[in-house]
Amino acid sequence: MNQLKAFILKEIFHILRDRKTLLVLFGIPVAQIILFGFALSNEVKNTRLLVCDQAHDSYSALLTSRLDASRYFDVTGYTENPEKGLADLRAGTAHMVVVIPQDFAGKLDHGNEANIQLLTDGTNPNLAATIQLYVQAIVNDFRNDMYGKPDLPYEIGVSPRMLYNPQLKGSYTFVPGVMAMVLMIICTLMTSVSIVREKELGNMEMLLVSPMNPMTAIFSKAVPYLMLSLLLVTVILILSVTVLEVPIRGNILLLYLVSFVFIITSLSFGLAISTVTNSQQVAMLISLMGLMLPTLMFGGFMFPIENMPLPLQVVSNIVPAKWFYYSINDIMIKGLGLSAVYQRVLLLIGYSAVFLAISFRNFKIRLA
Amino acid sequence: MTAFFLILKKEFRQIFRDPAILRLIFLMPVLQLIILPFAADYEVKNIKVGIIDLDHSDYSRSLITKFENSSYFKLAVYSSDHHQALKWLEKEEADLVIEIPPRFESTLIRENSATLQLVVNAVNGTKGNLGAAYTSGVIQQFNQEIRKDWFEFPRFNPEPFITVVPISLYNPYSDYQRFMVPGILAVLLTMTGGFLSALNIVKEKELGTIEQLNVSPIRKYQFILGKLVPFWLLGFVILTLGLVVSYVVHGIAPGTNIGNIYIFTALYLLAIVGFGLLLSNFTSTQQQAMMVAFFFMLIFILLSGLYTTIESMPPWAQKIAYINPLTYMVDAMRMVLLKGATLRDLLPHLRVIAAIGIVLNFLAIWTYHKRS
Amino acid sequence: MSTALLDTWSIETRDLTKKFGDFTAVDRISFKVGKGEIFGFLGANGAGKTTAMRMLTGLLNPTSGSAFVAGYNIATDPESVKRNIGYMSQKFSLYQDLRVWENIEYYGGLYGMSLKEIREATGRMMEDLGMNAEKNVLVSELPLGWKQKLAFSIAIMHHPGIVFLDEPTGGVDPITRRQFWNMIYQTAREGITIFVTTHYMDEAEYCERVAIMVDGKIEAIGKTSELKSAYHAGSMDEVFYLLARGATRSE
Repeated sequence: MNQLKAFILKEIFHILRDRKTLLVLFGIPVAQIILFGFALSNEVKNTRLLVCDQAHDSYSALLTSRLDASRYFDVTGYTENPEKGLADLRAGTAHMVVVIPQDFAGKLDHGNEANIQLLTDGTNPNLAATIQLYVQAIVNDFRNDMYGKPDLPYEIGVSPRMLYNPQLKGSYTFVPGVMAMVLMIICTLMTSVSIVREKELGNMEMLLVSPMNPMTAIFSKAVPYLMLSLLLVTVILILSVTVLEVPIRGNILLLYLVSFVFIITSLSFGLAISTVTNSQQVAMLISLMGLMLPTLMFGGFMFPIENMPLPLQVVSNIVPAKWFYYSINDIMIKGLGLSAVYQRVLLLIGYSAVFLAISFRNFKIRLA
Repeated sequence: MTAFFLILKKEFRQIFRDPAILRLIFLMPVLQLIILPFAADYEVKNIKVGIIDLDHSDYSRSLITKFENSSYFKLAVYSSDHHQALKWLEKEEADLVIEIPPRFESTLIRENSATLQLVVNAVNGTKGNLGAAYTSGVIQQFNQEIRKDWFEFPRFNPEPFITVVPISLYNPYSDYQRFMVPGILAVLLTMTGGFLSALNIVKEKELGTIEQLNVSPIRKYQFILGKLVPFWLLGFVILTLGLVVSYVVHGIAPGTNIGNIYIFTALYLLAIVGFGLLLSNFTSTQQQAMMVAFFFMLIFILLSGLYTTIESMPPWAQKIAYINPLTYMVDAMRMVLLKGATLRDLLPHLRVIAAIGIVLNFLAIWTYHKRS
Repeated sequence: MSTALLDTWSIETRDLTKKFGDFTAVDRISFKVGKGEIFGFLGANGAGKTTAMRMLTGLLNPTSGSAFVAGYNIATDPESVKRNIGYMSQKFSLYQDLRVWENIEYYGGLYGMSLKEIREATGRMMEDLGMNAEKNVLVSELPLGWKQKLAFSIAIMHHPGIVFLDEPTGGVDPITRRQFWNMIYQTAREGITIFVTTHYMDEAEYCERVAIMVDGKIEAIGKTSELKSAYHAGSMDEVFYLLARGATRSE
């Protein structure tokens, strides 16, 4: 027991010694939380608008000022020449061009009808679609203010209710995602690389000839990373609650239990990698390509799985991070209990057993 | 000159000697460029709708048909039990639930208005928001049709109306993949240029071969150039492979202005390899270099306008985005591939990227110490 | 080769000192090494010999004192120093993933040799080392002794005035060590000064003159025969033991 303690302490010192790496380990989740929480949003804001006003009457001036006043758009220029609009769109100096036709006021007052052209840079389809919705809404308001709201019969109203996330914050989706990714980096990448490094440096042989059970040695390498992971989970949760104001609606013990199971899964994967290779670079590559990328792609937090082609959707089911992500989401955001997540947790335990079995078998072979 | 040429030869030999690394350099970007755009589709579609019909009228049935026929929605679950809604949302069997109240049809006709309940799973804010907006759209359309059944609508509307005619340029089918492919290609170029050059030098540090270099009379700039040029050339190979994949797999035809992207990439790679070299000056092991590079990649990618627009960011984040070289590469790639931008269109970006490149390489040479 | 004033000395140091914070790694050492001499630099681990050598090769800036190598001031003109020296480090520094001749070509390039010169040097080297058959082999596949001999040959291929060898025979078997020293003698006969650090005392016997470092200072310097008689010792091993047992630091 003392032996084990000594080994674990040695590993902890090892980790604490490399300040730069440690800094990055804490820097990644903190930077992600801050960026996702404050810098990244799918809101449409300050879109550069070029007004092509061919009417030059009071109505067109009023409509233009309405567009400019909204926080969605910034009028960055005026022109009469639609060609200039096209050039600006191509150069990216404008994202959208609104063309107000000649005799706009006259057409409305006397002809009862006017068309406004809206040219959008469609390279980003979501942005273009949202811009169109907003322009339509502003134009409708303008029309209603000029002529009064039309009294329409048989009005169907909709009373929408935004469940779980009424302010529609983006942070709700990615806090569990950041957790999944960080745990993957520490448990799988760092663990496998640090074990393989001992092999590269020849320290592993020393352990194998010592009277200590080699599995104990491996185990003592995993423990500090387990502790580091739990610490980082706590940091992420504290940041989410205090800085991002993302609630923890469910049971916090259950949250830690699920995280703990996922940490074990990732650690056993890291162990399995370390038993199949002797080179740091290969261990890095397997961890990055075999795990990080699938985690990012199929974890469910970066890319919407339901939009993927069917084969990719099927593949996503074997990525452990996906089950972790959905469980954390259910507990934290939806406030559901064990009954909602136990199947996924069992699945994660199953994964751990498989990875551990692989490591153990490879280890035996090596010793024989 | 011979010295420099021989240094280059040695770098290329080492790159081509290790088949595992070579495969990685060429195969990974190609595979990623093939698969990632399929995954990175943020278009909101296939929204799962649950309907609770407590009315069972002609109107409720035709409203349901409307959702069934809409390309945005998928009718996932249906019930007449009021309590189902929450369960569906919890289990993600539905993204949103529309509840048609009892006597919906008769209320609408008798009282001239009626209200539908809409409950949305808004954990993903964007999806929830757009889902609700699209739902309102479908309901409004349905509303219009009902009115038309009762009146010949336009004739009873003497008031003026304004139509907005939207024209979306450069991406006629609103294809999200088209939008993502150039951006992902820019990221892959950055990874190869920045990551590999950093790891390369740190490896020489770990092995101790860098010491032998430091006692030799070669100049700092020769050393830096010797490391820069191979990865610079490698970048062009990756770019070309990437453009072929974009065309063959994703159907993005290289226009007549395609040469412009090579010109831009030439400058960009200088900047990003310079960054890799700078990074290697501050790290001593490969593991460390990899973690630090990973950290910067994360910030570069997230603050580049690849996923979210720079205009939507708060001022401090915009400032970072404007000194982030990837911002300009992503935009330039999109401008050339999707809009056929001319060199004149690219000029402002070219200027900035040249400035960033000069600063980074100057710092790299300055902080590289042959002696301590 | 050297145009400077101190034409008779290859290396001359005066009160050369290196401090790392409070720690004085090299403490005011002064010595001279003649042209074509085999000069041994002895000391226990941590005595400061590697630090001294790193200053002389231009890898480290001295804190105070001065040193001229091949007639150039190491503090003000390290790049000229580098053009006139060869260096073989303790850490093995050939590229394992390059072939034998590729390594030769690369290092020749670093020292500004022309392709023709490199080709000729490669042929000669392969002949001298008896490695003609191994020219195309990856360095990682060579036995350690061969690697060391190859590294040495590469360190002198550009005909430097001085070659610095940092514990060149670590981990090598006795026969190879013997061959290695034969190469050193051969090189010295060609007029190249040899500056070698070692902690093998039998190797010290091979040197013409030695300096013994203890705790950053030079405790004794002179011909091996002079030192042995001065300390009434039968071997350099005894001389070293007498001087080094008072050492307070080791790595």
